[in-house]
Amino acid sequence: MNISTSLFDGSLIRLGSIDHDKDPEIESRWTHDPTFMRMMYTDPMRPLSAFQLKKKYEALEKEIDEAKNLYYFRIRARADERLLGFCDLRCSWPNGSGQVRLGIGSAEDQRKGYGYETLSMLLRYAFSEICLYRLTAVIPEYNLPALALFKKASFTEEVRRREALARDGRRWDECQFGLLVDEWKH
Amino acid sequence: MLDNNLLTGKLVRLAAIDPETAGPLWTKWRLNSEYTRMADLDPATANSLKATRAWIEKHMDDWLANEFEIRALAGDQPIGSIGLGGEIKIHGDAFVGIGIGDPEFWGKGYGTEAMKLILCYAFMELNLHRVSLDVFDYNPRALHSYEKAGFKLEGRKRGMLLREGRRWDLIYMGILREEWLAQVSTNGAVQNKN
Repeated sequence: MNISTSLFDGSLIRLGSIDHDKDPEIESRWTHDPTFMRMMYTDPMRPLSAFQLKKKYEALEKEIDEAKNLYYFRIRARADERLLGFCDLRCSWPNGSGQVRLGIGSAEDQRKGYGYETLSMLLRYAFSEICLYRLTAVIPEYNLPALALFKKASFTEEVRRREALARDGRRWDECQFGLLVDEWKH
Repeated sequence: MLDNNLLTGKLVRLAAIDPETAGPLWTKWRLNSEYTRMADLDPATANSLKATRAWIEKHMDDWLANEFEIRALAGDQPIGSIGLGGEIKIHGDAFVGIGIGDPEFWGKGYGTEAMKLILCYAFMELNLHRVSLDVFDYNPRALHSYEKAGFKLEGRKRGMLLREGRRWDLIYMGILREEWLAQVSTNGAVQNKN
């Protein structure tokens, strides 16, 4: 890879920006799926309307502009440009550390390699473009696909906060995985 | 009978935060970079009394909703602060943050006792399931104090901090409700605080 190798175009997916007209309807459908929402977030799941998502995107873009530590992408299929999901990196500049998140929205797009290619491209972005030293992924122990994905990308389990999460009437650990720039396989 | 001695130990008591008292003290304490670098991942900064007081006033009902002033019983002198934040209501898990701002009171058991008091508050009044914290690996005195209060090591984020030209780990610790209760039944509720 060199300076002319695209940061944003992969073989299956493309990283791009929010489409304020079309994305709200699509993401609204994802938010009605408790499986997706509970894998993605630890706060109580609730469905969001297209209207609520439009406002959320506006707040997000304001935060990106003002905070200068958030890098956010929409994930689209190269084949037909349809929206697959979203991902972001949140950085602590003085320490060169960042936190990574990604989600593939609908069940039929999961387990197709989109997540892995997205993560691989995000790692390149994190280590070669914004030059971080390390990345963290925070994953509930019930999110088995995410645990498998981040292990496959060479992340190491560093922290296990025992019984930190309450869901479905029982407690679950919160796992934190880390990857240092020297461990990044590209 | 209820143990209504919830906020008072042998060395310290937990009291309310008042921007009038806390403002000048926090402003002064944070200019001691040794203190500020033990408390924060972010770069140490110099904030005015006006800005500090305004920040405290603004966050009294959110970030500082479970924050207490630590007062040494001798002279009822404010020496630092301690507070709980995080997913308190949803997941019953709070992150505790403590700072003994006055270096005269470092290494003498004041912080450890304040931590024991807030654990009692966390488990007996807020009814939390666990209490969490993180600590920098250049702060072994704090790590030792947290172990004495009953916290267990839960992992370390490697090289999370860059300071003085080298990388330092961010250490995570936690104590579960059942672990705290087991401590109390061994030591007795009051003794456990002290």
